[in-house]
Amino acid sequence: MTVLQKKTHNPIGHLTPEDIEQIGVELDAMRQSVIDTRGADDAAYIRKVISAQRKLELGSRAILLVSFFPPAWLLGTAGLSVAKIIENMEIGHNIMHGQWDWMRDPKIHSTSWEWDHASPSEQWKHAHNELHHTYTNVIGKDNDLGYGIMRVDEDQRWVPMYLAQPLWNFLNACFFEYGIAAYDLELGRNLKTKKRRQSPEFRARGKQVLAKIRKQMTKDYVIHPLLSGPSFLHTMAANATANLVRNLWSHSVIMCGHFPEGVETFERRSIDGETRGEWYLRQMLGSANISGSKAMHFMTGNLSHQIEHHLFPDLPSNRYAEIAPKVQDLFQRYGLTYATGSLPRQVASAWHKVIRLSLPNDFLSGKKKPADVQPMSTVDEPAMATAA
Amino acid sequence: MSASLQYAGARKPSLRQRLVRLAERVTTPLLPADYLDLFDPLRRGADLRGRIMAVHPETADAATIEIRPGADWAGHVPGQYVRIGVDVDGVRQWRAYSLTHGPRADGRISVTIKAVPEGKVSNHLVRRGRPGTLVHLEQATGDFVLPTEGGRFLFVTAGSGITPVIGMLRNLFPVSDAGAVRLARSEPYDIVVLHVAPTASDSIFLANLRELDAAGLIRLISRHSDEHGRLDVDDLTELVPDLAERVTLACGPAGLLDALQQHHDARELPLVTERFRTERIVVGDGGTVAFARSGTEVTADAGTPILDAAEDAGVLMPSGCRMGICFGCVLPLRSGSVRDLRNGEITTATEGETANGGIRIQTCINAAAGACEIDH
Repeated sequence: MTVLQKKTHNPIGHLTPEDIEQIGVELDAMRQSVIDTRGADDAAYIRKVISAQRKLELGSRAILLVSFFPPAWLLGTAGLSVAKIIENMEIGHNIMHGQWDWMRDPKIHSTSWEWDHASPSEQWKHAHNELHHTYTNVIGKDNDLGYGIMRVDEDQRWVPMYLAQPLWNFLNACFFEYGIAAYDLELGRNLKTKKRRQSPEFRARGKQVLAKIRKQMTKDYVIHPLLSGPSFLHTMAANATANLVRNLWSHSVIMCGHFPEGVETFERRSIDGETRGEWYLRQMLGSANISGSKAMHFMTGNLSHQIEHHLFPDLPSNRYAEIAPKVQDLFQRYGLTYATGSLPRQVASAWHKVIRLSLPNDFLSGKKKPADVQPMSTVDEPAMATAA
Repeated sequence: MSASLQYAGARKPSLRQRLVRLAERVTTPLLPADYLDLFDPLRRGADLRGRIMAVHPETADAATIEIRPGADWAGHVPGQYVRIGVDVDGVRQWRAYSLTHGPRADGRISVTIKAVPEGKVSNHLVRRGRPGTLVHLEQATGDFVLPTEGGRFLFVTAGSGITPVIGMLRNLFPVSDAGAVRLARSEPYDIVVLHVAPTASDSIFLANLRELDAAGLIRLISRHSDEHGRLDVDDLTELVPDLAERVTLACGPAGLLDALQQHHDARELPLVTERFRTERIVVGDGGTVAFARSGTEVTADAGTPILDAAEDAGVLMPSGCRMGICFGCVLPLRSGSVRDLRNGEITTATEGETANGGIRIQTCINAAAGACEIDH
């Protein structure tokens, strides 16, 4: 995919500025209808999920105290993997987004929730809520497009390092929680120059990350194993496995959010003076959903409803499934493509892109400069919605 | 979840402290309390909570809620009140209610609530309160209490102002199936109760008061506006001839208390009052935004986000996307009202009523809706 502004066929060329503003009005109304009906049932939902997840984690860690016995090892590891996934995705990610701040419960609040993850909540919130959700899919501004270690768009300049990006992607998947911690810390950028390395702010944040990592690792690889007595090594292995499972699963799901084919990217200048309707439109086109069972939706933390999440990041996650048909209908009425597919299909599509773009553009077809990709608007035009 | 407690002190940690530290290392980033709360939220050491055990209707609009408090409940002196946090439609609301019993043998506490029109919490508890519900509590507090050595008193109460007084009277004069009980410790108290209500049926606890009056334990003067007309404080000396020899304790609406204050000040008579609602928050358009920690005051209009107004005045503010999606600008609203510029929704914090930390609001999409105070 190349940025929308450079495509021969403009997927939004048929929309007038009035259409785009009307999209904004309709989506604002949809958001308000969820807020108007938000109440006791929603609060009960998140409390139930938190209670169940904590009991699952407690039970799994208790079983692992005798992880020497293979059935205990398997059961405990499976339970702990699921518990870690739910805490990170359905609970942590959503609470830190402010989705549950409306309850005014100081323990279930974006300002106080510290998640079970190597990256400190505060740093993750900045990188994710503020940067990724504001600059979604804008090349050069949204670093989630490749995390700085891969290129996922034709308009990202190719350098030889990217030849190994399938390997970087796989390594990132295995150690995803540390990958995210490094990413939120902007480690690559901040280690480049001496000035950045020594900046007091970077050093303070670095210390914060190291402290969090230390506590997490001590818990999983020292204390819990020690408490298991003779099952020391088995518990250590169980926890490592659970962390790995969580990393692989969450990495796969997150890749599906913006990497599968069919997701649009945007030029940096195109968001200058962006209206509310245009912001909504960029979120709609820059995200992809996963279709599947209720269990799948739950285990992805409802990130399977990525489009709905990007339109309404602060609405409770349990409501995305309910508004998805209305959002899909909106896409259809305005002649837009609702990017979705099954989990295996979307994951494969994302990996395919990673592999394909590890090579320079059109490397395999031998073309020097791609002939069929003509700029559809000059770089001087700011607004996104220029009719072809 | 708060960060784990800092251990400050030169002494070696006790075994208990060591075990707690170990437990914290296993539960990180949560605290052991977060897991224990799943099983026993009323245990010693937990945040103070209570469980509703029973809901007794008193009148068409009022009910007494009986609560079993957590193990750390420190008890109360009759006349004091308790702040209760209850989830209504999913949102945690805090209100203060007088305790309507003396200390009970079964350790339970009770509050009597009158459902006020438009009252979110009062209507919820009175009409939809269910036994088994968990509520949040703060320790009992308040100075509206009787001295322990006895004396001569006049209670002036109106409407739900009777609640702290009933707590004191029930403590002094418990009522059993055989009738009111005379206790030796209650002998030194000579009490007159002047109770005002719109109609006879509106009087919560009227039967209780009449019983004590019939037993000669108190002297009850009932005034119902529909029968006797509105109470004029100048009639007080007529109703209570020995007014000058009594200490007056009054609890009720601001109008009555203000009139009483004027009346007693003019005659240099002692008066103790308890006010339930300190001030009514009036929602307006724009207003002054006071920043509690920096001491700055900023005037903002109805269409300007608090974030912008504050930054223009030189206040350093946390911020993020500046469009309401990232929650990077959240600050606690201590008192006053703000209006969400996206959909007009009003958020109001009332000092003394709202949770201690205030209500956390996004400053980039909220404008002042009257005078407000932000904890920053």
